[in-house]
Amino acid sequence: MIYREAGDFKTTYQADNQTFPLRLDRMGYYAILAVAFLVIPFVISDYWATSVMVPFLIYAIAALGLNILVGYAGQVSLGTGGFMAVGAYATYKLTTMFPDVSILIHVIVSGLVTALVGMLFGLPSLRIKGFYLAVATLAAQFFLIWLFNKVPWFYNYSASGQITMPERTVLGQIVTGPATPAWAKYLVCLTFAVALAWLARNLTRGTIGRKWMAIRDMDIAAEIIGVNPLTAKLTAFGVSSFLIGIAGALFFSIYLGAAEASEAFGINKSFLVLFMVIIGGLGSIFGSFAGAAFMVLLPVFLKNVLSGSLGWPTDLAAHIELMIVGALIVFFLIVEPHGLARLWRLTKEKLRLWPFPH
Amino acid sequence: MKLRFAALATAAVMAAGPAMADLVVPNLSYRTGPYAANGNQYADGFNDYFTLLNERDGGIGGQKIQVPECETAYNTEKGVECYESTKGNGALVYNPLSTGITYQLIPKVTADGIPMYTPGYGRTSAKDGAVFPWVFNAPANYWDGASVSVKYLLDQNNGSLEGKKIALIYHNSAFGKEPIRTLQELGKKHGFTLTELPVEPPGQEQKSQWLQIRRDKPDYVLMWGWGVMNQAAIQEAANIRFPMENFIGVWWSGGEVDVLPAGAGANGYKSLTFNGVGQDYPYYEQLKQYVIDPGKASQGGPSIGSAVYSRGMYAALVIAEAIRKAQELAGTSEITPAQLRDGFEALNITEERMAELGLPNFGQPIVLSCANHGGEGQGRVQQWNAETKTWSLVSEFATPDAEVLEPLIQADAQAFAAENSITPATCN
Amino acid sequence: MEQLLYVSEIVVNGLMTGVMYALVALGFVLIYKASGVFNYAQGVMALFAAMTLVGIQQGQVPFAHLINALTGMHVSNFGWNVPAVLAIALTAGVMVLLAIAIQKLVLQHLVGQEPIILFMATLGLAYFLEGLGDVMWGADVKTLDVGLPQGISDAAEALTARLTGYGFFIDRLDIWAAIIATALVAALVAFSQYTKQGRAMRAVADDHQAALSVGISLKFVWIMVWSIAGFVALVAGIMWGTKSGVQFSLSLIALKALPVLMLGGFTSIPGAIVGGLIIGVGEKLFEYFVGPMIGGATETWFAYVLALGFLVFRPQGLFGERIIERV
Repeated sequence: MIYREAGDFKTTYQADNQTFPLRLDRMGYYAILAVAFLVIPFVISDYWATSVMVPFLIYAIAALGLNILVGYAGQVSLGTGGFMAVGAYATYKLTTMFPDVSILIHVIVSGLVTALVGMLFGLPSLRIKGFYLAVATLAAQFFLIWLFNKVPWFYNYSASGQITMPERTVLGQIVTGPATPAWAKYLVCLTFAVALAWLARNLTRGTIGRKWMAIRDMDIAAEIIGVNPLTAKLTAFGVSSFLIGIAGALFFSIYLGAAEASEAFGINKSFLVLFMVIIGGLGSIFGSFAGAAFMVLLPVFLKNVLSGSLGWPTDLAAHIELMIVGALIVFFLIVEPHGLARLWRLTKEKLRLWPFPH
Repeated sequence: MKLRFAALATAAVMAAGPAMADLVVPNLSYRTGPYAANGNQYADGFNDYFTLLNERDGGIGGQKIQVPECETAYNTEKGVECYESTKGNGALVYNPLSTGITYQLIPKVTADGIPMYTPGYGRTSAKDGAVFPWVFNAPANYWDGASVSVKYLLDQNNGSLEGKKIALIYHNSAFGKEPIRTLQELGKKHGFTLTELPVEPPGQEQKSQWLQIRRDKPDYVLMWGWGVMNQAAIQEAANIRFPMENFIGVWWSGGEVDVLPAGAGANGYKSLTFNGVGQDYPYYEQLKQYVIDPGKASQGGPSIGSAVYSRGMYAALVIAEAIRKAQELAGTSEITPAQLRDGFEALNITEERMAELGLPNFGQPIVLSCANHGGEGQGRVQQWNAETKTWSLVSEFATPDAEVLEPLIQADAQAFAAENSITPATCN
Repeated sequence: MEQLLYVSEIVVNGLMTGVMYALVALGFVLIYKASGVFNYAQGVMALFAAMTLVGIQQGQVPFAHLINALTGMHVSNFGWNVPAVLAIALTAGVMVLLAIAIQKLVLQHLVGQEPIILFMATLGLAYFLEGLGDVMWGADVKTLDVGLPQGISDAAEALTARLTGYGFFIDRLDIWAAIIATALVAALVAFSQYTKQGRAMRAVADDHQAALSVGISLKFVWIMVWSIAGFVALVAGIMWGTKSGVQFSLSLIALKALPVLMLGGFTSIPGAIVGGLIIGVGEKLFEYFVGPMIGGATETWFAYVLALGFLVFRPQGLFGERIIERV
């Protein structure tokens, strides 16, 4: 009763083609957006912004990017950390070279740079498949990190190889650097996340998305019906890397403020984002957000409960936290291998009948 | 589901907050992950010192000290999370024991006005208090370490290193790259050649590097290592029969855990240090009486007296002394972070004071000022005895070569100031 | 001439290192072949096995810290030392129990899922085992000593010095690793060729459905394979643990084994060995010749790039089964 797909009639093609064709969906999303843009910025505290909301939004963008590659185009990648590093270092180089250009433009250009790098490392995908490809993308991961560590030009010849984000403003408001207020960080990330999610949603339901899915389901069959695997796979790598690059750029410039390639963008990052995609649900935009929320909140939550509320020794809490995270991941995969997105779909089904299930 | 989750998390955060009246010194520790073995010992030493103050003296100036621990796993993001979650509770000073997290926190503590104390790690140029007003890195930093080790080698060679070959094997990260520039400068000054051998972290596999050392036969090998890299390097050095007395690690390569896995092969290995080791100090009698025997030692006290434990304790000691000084200056026992900063800048720990604290001949005198946040930067050399499984000090405290270091520190601090448009404070 | 000698020394050492990589890769191959699971937890299993071995050997009380925290007791040690051989046998037993637990609690519920889901499950397993190992035995660096010799081999140095005039460095531990690895592979081959269980294992590897239909218990075979992989992990853990102490970083050797797998093929035991040798020699030579020009520390990525280069020409690895796709 509450959630209905029937009875929502359209009279124009435009109405039928809009991002959310269902009125109820649309209203729901507008409501969420309204809260996100108009309420949260006024109530958000430093802790919630830096420890929860900002990482959540940034990881959601990264997960969205990886989901396009893994969930829609079926190409498993473990190079996410490396691509995020490309975005981060591109932003750093650009903003120190052209300090007068808006940081937002730098972030987008960094995404484009990452897209190029991603396409380059996506080339082997034309020959290599499955886990072989997954392991092959690790080459990108390790090589890129090594490169950023080794070539002093990337970190402006600083003594320690760390990059530090200088202060930048948008419309007169400081958005990077330590003096940034919590709401500004949050709003920048939110704007990017919403815009990119909109982009991803529309790409994936259009021609290009259908090509990706055809490749995912069976690439030889797709080729036979006229999908060019070269363009399909490379666009998937490109778009995915674009999003991941932007995530990396925001991660460095807004969230961390200073970074070191091997520390901030190591292989763990690749695994973490892949977890988000899998837990959230392969091939689902909503899933990317849900997965990111889950993986960001879970450790914070566990840590606070175990060592905070229960008062356990921190080392024991930390070790047991690892066990719980591991066990929960396995548990999730067992009960719902299609991720949180599937749970959401089931909820909608339930709501359709509720309160009169037959 | 998400909502309930968030509600629970908030509740947990609320519950975790300590009472506001106490002095809060968060312990950003790491007891998991690749560097857990070292992090464990350091955190124990840090905790135990404050436990002793609380148990014996009822805190500092009548104020109990709270040491909320937060696990960072040596990970910068978790470090930032720890910082954000503890700073609201009136945290006075941070000591994250990670160069990566330090770099992350420098801008944040500067904006929030909370001191950060990074003894023997972190950003070297933070010694320049005019550019880094909130960061303190006494008693010694990496460049001091590099200079002190070269000084030690000079002593060993009657004052000349002309034509000698020195190899530096380092952790390929911000931390490991720190000494390179200093050593290059010193090489120019003293005429030794420097070979740089990076090891990609974590660093179990170092055969290429050590085969090269075996071929090139450098006179000395210096090491800037951390975690498993130390154990692997010491083992490989023993394997190629490199004379261990010519192999000197930085202080972070000089813990018991680093040498023990190599067994007898590690005998004679040297490392820098800026603190004493072992339990031969009157301090430990007090610790036993007030902390160990009542069963209040952190983790049950498995590593008391070890090199890294002692360093954690030393860090706590300096912080406690700074708090004491701050209380004295402010005339109140409930100090703020800003007052603690003043306490740090007026810090003066003499040898007499150290003896009073039960740690005679343990560390160097520390005198800080507005301009100098790094102290004298002295260091000494300790040597490992594999039979008795103890470190023994083999040199006196040596002062680093200010002539070489000063310009480097100035240059780096100026570069940082320019990049972040900071106007250096004026110190009188 | 001297250059040539150096290079041959590097090659010999590269081969030895390759054997160490292959030891880890072997565990991956066994599991992938029999159950199609890409088991990322193999590295953590090696760590866990090594920790358990040290713990048993030194008579540590498992979960001591947890027990102390919960009950206020102060237990840490049983006060006995277990001989190495017995400790290894006991640890092998623990690994079998672990295999059974993994089968019952994880794999059984994931039958028929997509490979990526299984892969992620093993990642979860890796987290879990890492935490479990720390809770059971503590997170400090442990010294592992089962009596394997270490250090330069004098005999090899003297021999090469007499032959070529330059004494090669060969680590005695590496020689032992090579011997043990050879024995291990021989035993595995003998097992899979000449025993009933071994044949069942090969049958399952060939075709799950067919194996089921002739009455082979998949459950049993999987437990067996995971147990064997656990044992291989134990051997790898002993070797690497002797080298640099038992600690968290031991689990990261999995990252060293992945390019080996890629190169050799996920499904081939000889592939793991040959792949290991190629990677070992390749990365050492690259570091020697090219490393100084581009700043060194190339070993982390070069192995992957090398394997990637091979894959472009043979997408299934050197010895992997040919990938046949039908529409």
